[in-house]
Amino acid sequence: MAFTLYSLLQAALLCVNAIAVLHEERFLKNIGWGTDQGIGGFGEEPGIKSQLMNLIRSVRTVMRVPLIVINSVAIVLLLLFG
Amino acid sequence: MHSAGLATAGTPRQRKWPSKRRIPVSHLGMSDPHQLFDDTSSAQSRGYGAQREPSGLGYPTASASPQGAFLNDPVSNMAMAYGSSLAAQGKELVDKNIDRFIPVTKLKYYFAVDTLYVGKKLGLLFFPYLHQDWEVQYQQDTPVAPRFDINAPDLYIPAMAFITYILVAGLALGTQERFSPDLLGLQASSALAWLTLEVLAILLSLYLVTANTDLTTIDLVAFLGYKYVGMIGGVLMGLLFGKIGYYLVLGWCCVSIFVFMIRTLRLKILAEAAAEGVPVRGARNQLRMYLTMAVAAAQPLLMYWLTFHLVR
Repeated sequence: MAFTLYSLLQAALLCVNAIAVLHEERFLKNIGWGTDQGIGGFGEEPGIKSQLMNLIRSVRTVMRVPLIVINSVAIVLLLLFG
Repeated sequence: MHSAGLATAGTPRQRKWPSKRRIPVSHLGMSDPHQLFDDTSSAQSRGYGAQREPSGLGYPTASASPQGAFLNDPVSNMAMAYGSSLAAQGKELVDKNIDRFIPVTKLKYYFAVDTLYVGKKLGLLFFPYLHQDWEVQYQQDTPVAPRFDINAPDLYIPAMAFITYILVAGLALGTQERFSPDLLGLQASSALAWLTLEVLAILLSLYLVTANTDLTTIDLVAFLGYKYVGMIGGVLMGLLFGKIGYYLVLGWCCVSIFVFMIRTLRLKILAEAAAEGVPVRGARNQLRMYLTMAVAAAQPLLMYWLTFHLVR
């Protein structure tokens, strides 16, 4: 039961990295999850798919630069301490 | 309780060494607006501020004479005054900045409990079947403090239950000759990691389902922390009566927590749909109901997962 906070942090970092590497043109557009394909009407609430697309787009926009920093720190730490 | 406190402090009125030298200044202002706590210190200081002043002024000179000429020196007086003003400034700065990261005043709401509330809430956690009214009462747009309303979430019980769970886990491991001190830390961080994962998963699913709730993160942590009470009960019974006792009590606590969570979360997540004037569409409400059921069903699973390795 070695589920520690540190492994949670590592898992979170890997998940955010996974979301950040989804390529807009080559992948998301082909499965219909592009950023310009998600805008429904201004009517009712969005629905799960458009919420997910919004989430992916915002994560990719916001976390692009901080992920560079965090990944470098993680790489250095893993190299030093295994 | 108030009159007893005032009576005991009333007798030594003229003594030179007052019992409460340092009156926290912020408490004087805070006793009026929200009345989260019965602030007996401010009631005493308001009544005895007048008497305390002359005895307070008498105090530094009384301490100065045993220490000789050290404090009579004007330079060191100035240094003391400067140091105390610096400390006051530093305290102000820390108070101002810490409120940016940890909402201290909001946290105080969750710890405004008393013994009666804790007793009734523990009873509710073990037996929620007869309780009728699960709504949190509001007082001018803010929820009432937990000590006045049994339905309000608090952080005292989850925090205490978490710590007790760690200690009981250590006890259980000790009776099986499997104890070592770092295992305690491992249990603690493991339980904390599961809690964090649960909170993040529920926040993510609340975002995806676009549920416009007033369920704050701290509220969620409070609700998710209630399962530790059942876990403690199960492990203790398992220690006393073996596996049969463990499974019986854990089963009972699992069902109770399931019912408790459903009844509490239904009011928070699904009430908005009924409160808005929008014609309720079946799909949207169904999704929220599924979410409530999933959250409630995850509690017994986690209760079992975090305790089964402790009872052999």
